Amino acid sequence: MKLFSIRGGVHPEYRKEQTSEKAIVALPMPRLLYIPLQQHVGAPAEVLVAGGDLVKKGQMIARSQGTISASQHAPTSGRIVSVTDVAAPHPSGLPQTTIILEPDGKDEWAELPEPIADPFAADLQLIRERVARAGVVGMGGAVFPAAVKLNLGTQYKLEILLVNGAECEPYITCDDRVMREYADEVIDGARIVARVMGAPRVVVGIELNKPQAIEAMTKAAAPFAEVEVVGVPALYPMGYAHELILAITGRETPAGKRTAEVGVVAYNVATVRAVHHAVRFGRPLITRVVTVSGGAIREPKNILSPIGARVADLIEFCGGFSAPPARLVNGGPMMGEPLPSLEVPVVKGTAGILALTAEETNAQAASPCIRCGSCVTICPGGLSPVEMAAFIRKDNLEAAARLGVMDCISCGSCSWVCPSHIPLVHYFNYAKGALNDQERERRKSERVKTLAEVRVIRVEKVAEAKRAAMAARKPAAATAAADAPPGNATASTAEEKTNA
Amino acid sequence: MNIATTSGPFTHASSTVQKTMVTVLLALIPATAFDFYLFGWPAILLFTVTVGSCMAVEAACLALADQPVKAVLGDYSAVLTGWLLAMSLPPWAPWWVGVLAAVFAIALAKHAFGGLGQNVFNPAMVGRTVLLVSFPVVMTAWVVPHPLFSSGAPGLADAIAITFGSHMPDTVSAASALGYVKTELSRGIPVTQSMAQVPDLMDMVLGYRAGSLGETSAILILAGGLFLMAKRIISWHIPLSVMGGLFLMAAVFHAVDPARFTSGTFHLMSGATFLGAFFIATDYVTSPVSKKGQLIFGIGCGVLIWIIRTFAGYPEGMAFAVLLMNGLTPIIDQYTRPRMFGRNRKGEPLPLVKEKP
Ligand code: SF4
Ligand code: SF4
Repeated sequence: MKLFSIRGGVHPEYRKEQTSEKAIVALPMPRLLYIPLQQHVGAPAEVLVAGGDLVKKGQMIARSQGTISASQHAPTSGRIVSVTDVAAPHPSGLPQTTIILEPDGKDEWAELPEPIADPFAADLQLIRERVARAGVVGMGGAVFPAAVKLNLGTQYKLEILLVNGAECEPYITCDDRVMREYADEVIDGARIVARVMGAPRVVVGIELNKPQAIEAMTKAAAPFAEVEVVGVPALYPMGYAHELILAITGRETPAGKRTAEVGVVAYNVATVRAVHHAVRFGRPLITRVVTVSGGAIREPKNILSPIGARVADLIEFCGGFSAPPARLVNGGPMMGEPLPSLEVPVVKGTAGILALTAEETNAQAASPCIRCGSCVTICPGGLSPVEMAAFIRKDNLEAAARLGVMDCISCGSCSWVCPSHIPLVHYFNYAKGALNDQERERRKSERVKTLAEVRVIRVEKVAEAKRAAMAARKPAAATAAADAPPGNATASTAEEKTNA
Repeated sequence: MNIATTSGPFTHASSTVQKTMVTVLLALIPATAFDFYLFGWPAILLFTVTVGSCMAVEAACLALADQPVKAVLGDYSAVLTGWLLAMSLPPWAPWWVGVLAAVFAIALAKHAFGGLGQNVFNPAMVGRTVLLVSFPVVMTAWVVPHPLFSSGAPGLADAIAITFGSHMPDTVSAASALGYVKTELSRGIPVTQSMAQVPDLMDMVLGYRAGSLGETSAILILAGGLFLMAKRIISWHIPLSVMGGLFLMAAVFHAVDPARFTSGTFHLMSGATFLGAFFIATDYVTSPVSKKGQLIFGIGCGVLIWIIRTFAGYPEGMAFAVLLMNGLTPIIDQYTRPRMFGRNRKGEPLPLVKEKP
């Protein structure tokens, strides 16, 4: 297959060999599981259980609410200890409503929905419901509810379902292992998704540094004419959906548009496998594979972890720290976030937990920019990080916005390459946050302004109506009052309510 | 344990400013060593004085600005400036030339602008140019090579007299090839005739000719430049476009009137073409950041070098050309930003090419 070149990109040290040859191993069930209500983009799920309840494995314990949301299920059987606030696996470490479950050790399944025997003949709506019910979300980091994404096929004409097995983040090998060990399940899940979305072709994109995964997937895909496995160059950030789509199809998604608008939708390999489980077995998403790695981990592993296990449980399973970690990361080292503590749980979007030594992070104090231009050359977004950073340093956010800072995907390539060790991504994240706040403020004040105008008009109308009513009492002015509609004041009140 | 909220990435390329500068210095060593051999002790003394002055001035400026002297001196940028400056001076120039040039380069061209990364003009070229304009005689007193330990080469004592006592022996001065052709032309001698008198191209490439340190030993400078490319410190864009611009201008005009204009090859091999193309014009701080900008910058330098060499009063135009283009760099940067992903050149989102269902 002819590949297209992407712009920029870097070659960080991949350091995947610490875990790439390690088969997935299951975590022994921890003493307690912490299941946050929100592990996805959208609204948090609505809790269905209370302290003291007994639940079975796979039982829904929080239900998706609103259009964009995802349900949560019990990863094992046991007793609900409480529903309370616990620190979330987010850099802020802010507390989040979480269901605490004490496993009973029996691991008894609840009654699951009837498996769909032939997903290639079944009603599409039934499959959509199954995926929604199973609480599947994008497991490659986007954590967008998979069921909502499935509906894109009804809005756009899709040509290709792209299964993203690029896994371009250093250290992380969970997708690699899933593809090597469960290639058939991934391919089956992908075909189901493609059918539901109405995409005639499935392309699996895998970076060439994973030859065994490519081999296994090619073998699993062989019987299916519509599925193709493609090796793509190992070039960070190849795994970013827009880049992978560009590399494989040559289509460049316009700014502010969805990839579906160029006929392609991307799903992570673990996500399509979860779809396979949901459809073929009625099983909800209650486990995921997490790569625990880094120089400070005694025995790096690919762990099959129940959702809700604490990071500390996983690290303990890996033999603990072999050296004091300089940095704990949730995700890969390029786009991952700092872990606020070891007490936070594994959630559906946790691909990796890294404990890095100072040597690995190679953090150094920033020095002045020498205008080497490396950041411009490697930016996959075609931005000019050096100039944006210069503007942000002068707090000229508007100028940074004109140069496209809002288009920055925070891939980290520029910071990684900068010989002056300038924390460019930190600048851009700051600017994006501040600009978003400004935008929100602007909208709010605009709305307040509109509300005020509406109010003035209403007050006038009420006054007008009153005058008309007064006039109406005087028979002489009766004709003038006729065109003041009687329901006016009530209508304004209703409007105010909808606006409030 | 560090759990402060901060942004990734949590890994970094092995590159540092210091490594970059040291690699450039390494690339200069062979040519410099060969030049030391060619021009002997006076050249070594002047080089030492120039580099030392640059470091001293840098330290003084940092101290004045209340910046950490040791940490910043350790980035070797001042050493590199001094080194390049020394390579652009006449090898037997007196000591004060090196000191003055260092003051102009570091204090005026670099720190007055705000220090490393802030300067608009190439510091070494500012140093050289100010001196050339102020002391044209001293700055064009070239000598023919006097290889170390050869008969007639100055010993250390003679060298001290030359460098620190300004005892320039009258007999040794010589014109550089560019200067010679130019003078002859002004006397009405056509290029075709005067070219017979300049060293043949082979000697020029090897460096056995009069000139500054950096003008001689073209081949070793070229080797250093290729080394920098291999190390990915510089890319081909600037060197190739500088040489391309210069060569094309020269070749076209030479074809039209060979009696008036020297050939493209002569221009490439003479003066500081290689040093300028690989080491001076490529200075990060004062050249554009995007590859497209670098091509425009390079071509501009090449064309200007040819114009200055051919029509202006100075035989060598490298320094002036680079400084002129340095001044244009901010504008070039502004007009050569890459196209953003998913947007056209104007920054508007790309149109959807696919027809709607
Ligand atoms: S973090 Fe943003 S600016 Fe930096 S390379 Fe990635 S997209 Fe470009
Ligand atoms: S990579 Fe760093 S030093 Fe180089 S231009 Fe960009 S910000 Fe400046």
